[in-house]
Amino acid sequence: MMDGSKFDDALTGEQKIRNFNINFGPQHPAAHGVLRLVLELDGEIVERCDPHIGLLHRGTEKLMESRTYLQNLPYFDRLDYVAPMNQEHAWCLAIEKLTGVEVPRRASLIRVLFCEIGRVLNHLLNVTTQAMDVGALTPPLWGFEEREKLMIFYERACGARLHAAYFRPGGVHQDLTPELLDDIETWAQEFPKVMADIDGLLTENRIFKQRNADIGIVTEEDILEYGFSGVMVRGSGLAWDLRRAQPYECYDEFDFQIPVGKNGDCYDRYLVRMEEMRQSVSIILQAIEKLRAPEGQGDILARGKITPPSRKDMKQSMEALIHHFKLYTEGFHVPEGEVYCAVEAPKGEFGVYLVADGTNRPYRAKLRAPGFLHLQAMDHISKGHQLADVAAIIGTMDVVFGEIDR
Amino acid sequence: MSDALNELGGYIEAKRTDCVLAWDVTHGELNLDVTPSNITGLVEFLKADATCQFSTLVDITAVDYTGRAKRFDVVYHLLSMYQNHRIRLRVSIREEAMVPSIISVHPSANWFEREVFDMFGILFSGHPDLRRILTDYGFRGYPLRKDFPTTGYTEVRYDEAQKRVVYEPVSLVQEYRQFDFMSPWEGAEYILPGDDKADEKAEAK
Repeated sequence: MMDGSKFDDALTGEQKIRNFNINFGPQHPAAHGVLRLVLELDGEIVERCDPHIGLLHRGTEKLMESRTYLQNLPYFDRLDYVAPMNQEHAWCLAIEKLTGVEVPRRASLIRVLFCEIGRVLNHLLNVTTQAMDVGALTPPLWGFEEREKLMIFYERACGARLHAAYFRPGGVHQDLTPELLDDIETWAQEFPKVMADIDGLLTENRIFKQRNADIGIVTEEDILEYGFSGVMVRGSGLAWDLRRAQPYECYDEFDFQIPVGKNGDCYDRYLVRMEEMRQSVSIILQAIEKLRAPEGQGDILARGKITPPSRKDMKQSMEALIHHFKLYTEGFHVPEGEVYCAVEAPKGEFGVYLVADGTNRPYRAKLRAPGFLHLQAMDHISKGHQLADVAAIIGTMDVVFGEIDR
Repeated sequence: MSDALNELGGYIEAKRTDCVLAWDVTHGELNLDVTPSNITGLVEFLKADATCQFSTLVDITAVDYTGRAKRFDVVYHLLSMYQNHRIRLRVSIREEAMVPSIISVHPSANWFEREVFDMFGILFSGHPDLRRILTDYGFRGYPLRKDFPTTGYTEVRYDEAQKRVVYEPVSLVQEYRQFDFMSPWEGAEYILPGDDKADEKAEAK
């Protein structure tokens, strides 16, 4: 015992040392939110790690059952608040699948454009704050400057920097102005230079490599056993990406590469994220090109029962006015059935399991967050690592508690 | 896509007649209704079989159908990264029934089963650590059951006198509003001030 009661002799008897339990978080800067870990340590080696989650539980799924489909949409911004629009996308896809609504081409392109902006937003935050967890201070400052610019694009499209509520069932809420497209294009052309800066700062940095290489290795077996998705899979060499494997929206028209890692450690996942940002920028440029082409013009909502009439119609048509009123009070009805829709969110597979009973509210909606499964494997992955590596592993898993706790 | 799923559904039914009660392909998704007792064996078969290879567990959740004898549906979503297809398994159970845990096949089921237990109170036999996961320490009740009120039963606040967080029964300043949009023109039965006197006058006459 540490109190010395069983201490026999320093030369003959062995000192009995018990494992040490520490409480990590919930108020720790490296916990990326409100994660509480109960760690059992043998010296500095982690023996067992028990994550306690739920400190940010808001009962989203319960709340959704008493609200209309459209009122539920903003809850999705509040799940993974780092890349809000990607979550909304899954909800819209689920509703569109049940109602059988076809999204106009322009709306589809705008969705792809903003999903990729969301991916850059997420990876910028993750790569740079993970670097901060292992001791670098400059990357987050540089990364957040770019994030700020992207959020301004969000704001110019929908009026909100973060909680967008921009994707709607049947399309997107507002059309983009040509000036906004020009500005996004200018940003996308300049961004590779910022990427090169961050790259030069981190990729060959000795400390960064020592803290990340060979840490938190994920094998193919781990991926299957713990249900990983997204970068956690691609970092280990499996080219699994829902945008490619089960294309949704109009991703099959775009030309992009899926970067994969080789060793499945934290460092490879960092490299994959960096390369994914470059690919996203390329998709953004392609999307802008397509939006400017004549085929990319047109309406941005599938006009029908689930979308509002245009303002112009409402000035002249009584039916349009009634439709508008009914849509925003009663909401639209979704036919009975159950669907599961998944999108490749920046963190992995984000899915919505929607059970509709034919009324204007979902009977049950289950949100499948990728971070939930990644964090679950924390015990498995951090076992045998040093305490300091726990921070690096949490960072590379890309956990955000908005989506894990729901 | 649907043809391949139809074929797969028929294949699984033929191989595992003891587990599969019914199957269908709707909205391009394969649904299987299965018996609760054999769920572990079926999931193991789906994982090992070369045609299926459902090696990733995507999700486990439940749906509460009040008014049905078998109240809950436990829903499993599986994915094959190798064959690139998905499947949904539905198990109907009574309120007090237990479902065998599938942790032995998919370790990732651990937290999902804890969550279903936390939210619906469904017990999983063979689960090594069936604690609550998302709700507060010491929480009572199962929030996602349809008979659980959205506002809950308790509320917490920091008590300045006791210097600690105290739990109290929930007290609402305003009733939790549940709008019934289905009948907007019927409205509530308001008793307007003065209307109540009309009856008295009528009686007096």
